[in-house]
Amino acid sequence: MHEVAIAEAIVELVAEHAARDAFRQVRRIHLAIGALSHVDPRALEFGFAAVASGTVADGATLVIDRPPGVARCLVCQADVAIAAYGDPCPTCGGAELMAVGGAELRVIELEVL
Amino acid sequence: MCGVCGCGDPDRRDARALARAAAARLVRVERDILEKNDRDAAANRARFAAGRTLALNLVSSPGAGKTALLVRTLTALGERGPVAVIEGDQQTSLDAERIRATGAPAVQINTGKLCHLDARLVADALAQLPPLDGGVLFIENVGNLVCPAGFDLGEAGKVVLVSVTEGEDKPLKYPDMFHAARLVLITKIDLLPHLEFDVAALVANARAVNPRAEVLQVSARSGAGLDAWYAWLAGRRADAGA
Repeated sequence: MHEVAIAEAIVELVAEHAARDAFRQVRRIHLAIGALSHVDPRALEFGFAAVASGTVADGATLVIDRPPGVARCLVCQADVAIAAYGDPCPTCGGAELMAVGGAELRVIELEVL
Repeated sequence: MCGVCGCGDPDRRDARALARAAAARLVRVERDILEKNDRDAAANRARFAAGRTLALNLVSSPGAGKTALLVRTLTALGERGPVAVIEGDQQTSLDAERIRATGAPAVQINTGKLCHLDARLVADALAQLPPLDGGVLFIENVGNLVCPAGFDLGEAGKVVLVSVTEGEDKPLKYPDMFHAARLVLITKIDLLPHLEFDVAALVANARAVNPRAEVLQVSARSGAGLDAWYAWLAGRRADAGA
């Protein structure tokens, strides 16, 4: 479950900001986890609760946006929404699509005290 | 007594909590979660570029034949410049010992509870290897078709191995990894006569997930297809300036 490594990276980023932006507690962590990223949000929440324990992020709630997958169809040249790699083009049925969006893993904002 | 100033007003008992809530503020971050790994990977990549070293990240499910292919490949490449292997496994140094038996240096990383290699682990392993200027570094990742997909190690490309004893639908079941791969190596093709395995279906599934993927078929046992694999490696070495 690599979501633990992702959770650790989030806690590290938060700790860095705690020093820089002078806060001692985090209430919410706003994330963007793209639909085509390799991270499962539920596994991430589970891993985060364990990893954040005893840190400045202890008890913080994860608020997770899911930007949709976007791919360019190489057949009809349209940018289309896809749920997963390997989905056919919803417009023309073409099987050759290059993902162009929805793979992001970002920390957007923190609500802190 | 109120929690703010001690004035004794019972209506102000929760005032401290209210004051705290009001004090909450927003801190804009806008950073990639994996930026530290990406920085470490960029440092590895710069090091490989400076040494004209081709670095490849080999990924597959356990048992697809990564180590067998490497043993055969290292023996064939041995005369053509420095080669080395970084081996990732949860435990044991068995794979590194198989590699060292070919004469190539190998560093074993035991990841313990970690299910993938990250760029820092690779940087640490590099420090234990001789210079690889003009040569090839193979990074054999932990046998796992899920987790290693998302962690850049600084490699020139990922090579995903899938053996013909697995299913034709593997690329559809594990799309992240096949999408991230530059080359799909279909392994153990000497077993095809004994199996009902549809190679064309596997290739079609890999291309559906990753239209740009190159595909080669090999057997480390019979040697079938290895010349094409070596030619592919020679092309990537040329790309790396070796």
